Amino acid sequence: MLNDADRIYQNLYGQQDWQLSGARARGDWNATVEILARGRDAIIEEVKASGMRGRGGAGFPTGMKWSFMPKQSDGRPSYLVVNADESEPGTCKDRDIIRHEPHKLIEGCLIAGFAMGAHTAFIYIRGEYYNEAARLQAAIEEAYAAGLLGKNAAGSDWDFDLVLHRGAGAYICGEESALLESLEGKKGMPRMKPPFPAAMGLYGCPTTVNNVESIAGIPTVLRRGAAWFAALGRPKNTGTKIFCISGHVNRPCNVEEELGIPLKDLIEKHAGGVRGGWDNLQAVIPGGASMPILNKEMCETQLMDFDSLAAVRSGLGSGAIIVMDKSADVVKAIWRLSKFFKHESCGQCTPCREGTGWMMRMMDRIVQGKASMADIALMEQVTTQVAGHTICAFGDAAAWPIQGLMRAFRPLVEQRATDYKPPQPLAQAAE
Amino acid sequence: MAKVTVDGIEVEIANGSSVLQAAEAAGKEIPRFCYHERLSVAGNCRMCLVEIEKIPKPVASCGQPVADGMVIFTDTENVRKSRRGVMEFLLINHPLDCPICDQGGECDLQDEAVSYGRDTSRYEEGKRAVAQPDWGPLVKTTMTRCIHCTRCIRFSTEIAGVPELGATMRGESMQVGTYVEKALSSELSGNLIDLCPVGALTSKPYAYTARSWELRKTDSVDVLDAVGTNIRIDARGAEVLRILPRLNDDVNEEWLGDKSRFSVDGLKRRRLDRPWLRENGKLRAASWEEVFAAVTNKIKSTTPDRIGAIAGDLVDVESMLALKEMFTSLGSPNLDCRQDGAVFDASQRGFYLFNTSIAGIEEADALLIIGSNSRHEAPVLNARIRKRWLAGNFQAGLIGVAHDLTYATTHVGAGPDAIAALLDGTHPFAEVLKAAKKPMLILGAGALARPDGAAIHAAAWKLAAQFNMMNDDWHGFNVLHHAAARTGALDIGFLPGPEGKATAQMLGGGVDILWLLGADALDTQAIGADTFVIYQGHHGDAGAARADVILPGAAYTEKDGTYVNTEGRVQQGFIAVKPPGDAREDWRILRAISAYMGHALRYDTLQELRAHLVQTYPGFALTGELRRLAGTNLTAPAGDLAAVSSAPFQPVLQNYYQTDPISRASPTMAACVAAHYPTLAEAAE
Repeated sequence: MLNDADRIYQNLYGQQDWQLSGARARGDWNATVEILARGRDAIIEEVKASGMRGRGGAGFPTGMKWSFMPKQSDGRPSYLVVNADESEPGTCKDRDIIRHEPHKLIEGCLIAGFAMGAHTAFIYIRGEYYNEAARLQAAIEEAYAAGLLGKNAAGSDWDFDLVLHRGAGAYICGEESALLESLEGKKGMPRMKPPFPAAMGLYGCPTTVNNVESIAGIPTVLRRGAAWFAALGRPKNTGTKIFCISGHVNRPCNVEEELGIPLKDLIEKHAGGVRGGWDNLQAVIPGGASMPILNKEMCETQLMDFDSLAAVRSGLGSGAIIVMDKSADVVKAIWRLSKFFKHESCGQCTPCREGTGWMMRMMDRIVQGKASMADIALMEQVTTQVAGHTICAFGDAAAWPIQGLMRAFRPLVEQRATDYKPPQPLAQAAE
Repeated sequence: MAKVTVDGIEVEIANGSSVLQAAEAAGKEIPRFCYHERLSVAGNCRMCLVEIEKIPKPVASCGQPVADGMVIFTDTENVRKSRRGVMEFLLINHPLDCPICDQGGECDLQDEAVSYGRDTSRYEEGKRAVAQPDWGPLVKTTMTRCIHCTRCIRFSTEIAGVPELGATMRGESMQVGTYVEKALSSELSGNLIDLCPVGALTSKPYAYTARSWELRKTDSVDVLDAVGTNIRIDARGAEVLRILPRLNDDVNEEWLGDKSRFSVDGLKRRRLDRPWLRENGKLRAASWEEVFAAVTNKIKSTTPDRIGAIAGDLVDVESMLALKEMFTSLGSPNLDCRQDGAVFDASQRGFYLFNTSIAGIEEADALLIIGSNSRHEAPVLNARIRKRWLAGNFQAGLIGVAHDLTYATTHVGAGPDAIAALLDGTHPFAEVLKAAKKPMLILGAGALARPDGAAIHAAAWKLAAQFNMMNDDWHGFNVLHHAAARTGALDIGFLPGPEGKATAQMLGGGVDILWLLGADALDTQAIGADTFVIYQGHHGDAGAARADVILPGAAYTEKDGTYVNTEGRVQQGFIAVKPPGDAREDWRILRAISAYMGHALRYDTLQELRAHLVQTYPGFALTGELRRLAGTNLTAPAGDLAAVSSAPFQPVLQNYYQTDPISRASPTMAACVAAHYPTLAEAAE
């Protein structure tokens, strides 16, 4: 279990003051100017050495992402964009960071912005996070008033502006290029890559998009050193991560833990165990709605980090752990996710626009038991026709839960097909 | 240059090219729906997927830039599987109503379904269907067929410059539309029909008329404006059914204005299909013999200097040459092709051509438009200016009515005073022109049709000379005509000879016999009451109503004709259908009547006439190509600068849709006027 002293987010539960005074008491904004004085390259090297991987879901090394930004401007400004469009079902980690530790995020923006040569950063926050946006805005204003943002931010000679922008509640705007489109005032539709945002991002300028948790963790990483961070977790999966445990557990919670912690420990120690005991566990979705579901057998020994989950063809994703006990109808649960993805597809490219609806309708029939075995095979084929053929990863995200269901719970799905008895027309007529 | 391998074939291609272009260079066909050479890349149909070595997933070739050493596979089992998958998705919500769809036979989705479609559908759920919005009289929508390629959205936003289309909703519910239902307001909206790869956007007037394989296709040149847009005339039997643009990068790229495309139904209405003769104030049907006799008697009994001829806006060069030579042999110098009454110095070609050339617009870095609404007078040319403007580092100024030209313009002034302000440098736009390396100006033909036209012509030339618009490798002085016949007529000198009368002098009783060759745009009330009017043309329009003798001619679709566009490009159109009834090709009528009068023209066939044309005016030997003039001859056109009045420039065309006898006869164009100019339509009622 993670030592309390090693927790980045000391106020994750909001028991202390979230404002600047409270943040300062926890060490935020302490000698920020000295961190910046190390210089751009040193900061990026330090972040690289810490091995931090993006906390938004894909797990791309943060330091490497920053190093793609141009060292010399060709006349265009560079931008940092923070993705606070936390819409992955089951995920609420950024929400608690914004509510209770906003200054970690703000300080992280300044340091990250400086490291990539950006004088302006945008935080794109999910539209539904109204109260969170209000609090973050208040924190930003505090920081401006204290001279930590704006001209000569925190006494560093670096001018830095931070703009909070509220989204309008589309899941797809959490995809980085759709987020940029939305931020520019257009319809939130993902862009083709290449060009990548580091070459042509916001308003055609070099841009890096980072998750809230990645940015908010940066000041602590730099204060305590890359070695400290890298010593936590497992090789290539270093540091701590906030897990959001929800569903059929006794105490649903957000908890910061080391990467690589066994799933069972996480549920038993932090979430009070599965409702009705571990043996009542049926399934776990380990990384938010889009990650393939695990059955109990897989959960027994599963470690929670990027590579261990990828090894079982699932993923850490956003770290949202959705626990289902035996009372849950997993097939219906996945149908509900299909409905979500069908609703949230942006409609731009063909496989996702047409495929998500098709998959949802077939899931609908499977749930109702109106599908045949051939339909189940067709369903699997359709998921492979969607995944990997789209502009962004949404197509994969929509296909994976179903593929995961077929891998982990195939007998259950087939049961539905074999149990189904078509309604008896004669019996109906007699009624 | 990057060296890439496509299916084992090595090709070299410019850096920044897409994988799709590389594949095409290697001769590999890549299916596509959303990709279009002239639009931005959307990458949303996913039909053009290919495999690239070292990239795990299939890649959309339209958006992937090439890299040196890239190894591309366009036809592996994986690629075919991916494309079949995409095709299946496209078809699950497509109505498959090909038998009742106008796109059938020329549908990209149909074509690709042959290669990548299944013979049966695996989709058992309900299909999506959506409402059919009304986009006005030209474009018919069947949005249930839409495959969301967004070509129409990109065309209207990028090329047409009228961003009124977009996608609303998302996912499966995404719909392409105008949001608030309205008629499309672009003059280029018909191109959406060509661009739409499926039957979602089809031609409303042409709906349910014919199948593409029933049509006879003839290459021709559009005459409803002076751009010389290359067109294809699709006819069945004796009827022209539709007109489509042909590709010509130097002229129209692949666009066509709505008037030119949709006026076809005007070609079979109000036609003059037999000769007419006025007796006792009333026109009666007559035979060719009768009208020949009547015309001959009248001309023989009139002195040559009391005979005049005016050529109209849609006439081919051959007919004008025949009429000119007939008048020369009669001894009359009274000829004019400028029925709008313009009088200006046309002694050099550079004075009246669009010298920069249409493709040359893309080289310019500053533009001044004087007295022209290029969006109405030449929509396709205007789209080229917009294209240049979109590329950046380009400023445009406008003198005249401040129209929305679909690109940003600096309004320099409303009248000729603004020209003076630029000449003396008091207007800041002078600095823009001064700083430009290749500045150009466009002088609208309407500005020349004023009483002080010659003076404005000279003033504009002076402006061009002062701001270095003319030098060894650049000619930035341009006249934008809106009459297709005008440049050709000026080239063959269809102008008053020595002591000859111009249009204004011929009207008001200036001549006793007035021969109108398709001239309908002049004020027929101004023709002298006693003037004997011979109208030769194809439509019962203004000229025919005033005529004493009507000689039924052929419209542009009904004759082989040579036309010179505003750039000076000589182009030939071919006959698509025969003229109706007793109507004949115009040069034949003139040849026949000249023989009747005893002054037989020297040619019996069109070939002889054309040979004679080339011999007399060698410039006509070069067809299709354009030799751009260098701006080396700085001799200014004659014109008294002091005569410039300060009256503001007026719009030449009151409305875009009805400008000539063909479009005035077209019910589709009338519907457009009703949709876009409600006040004009009311006034007509």
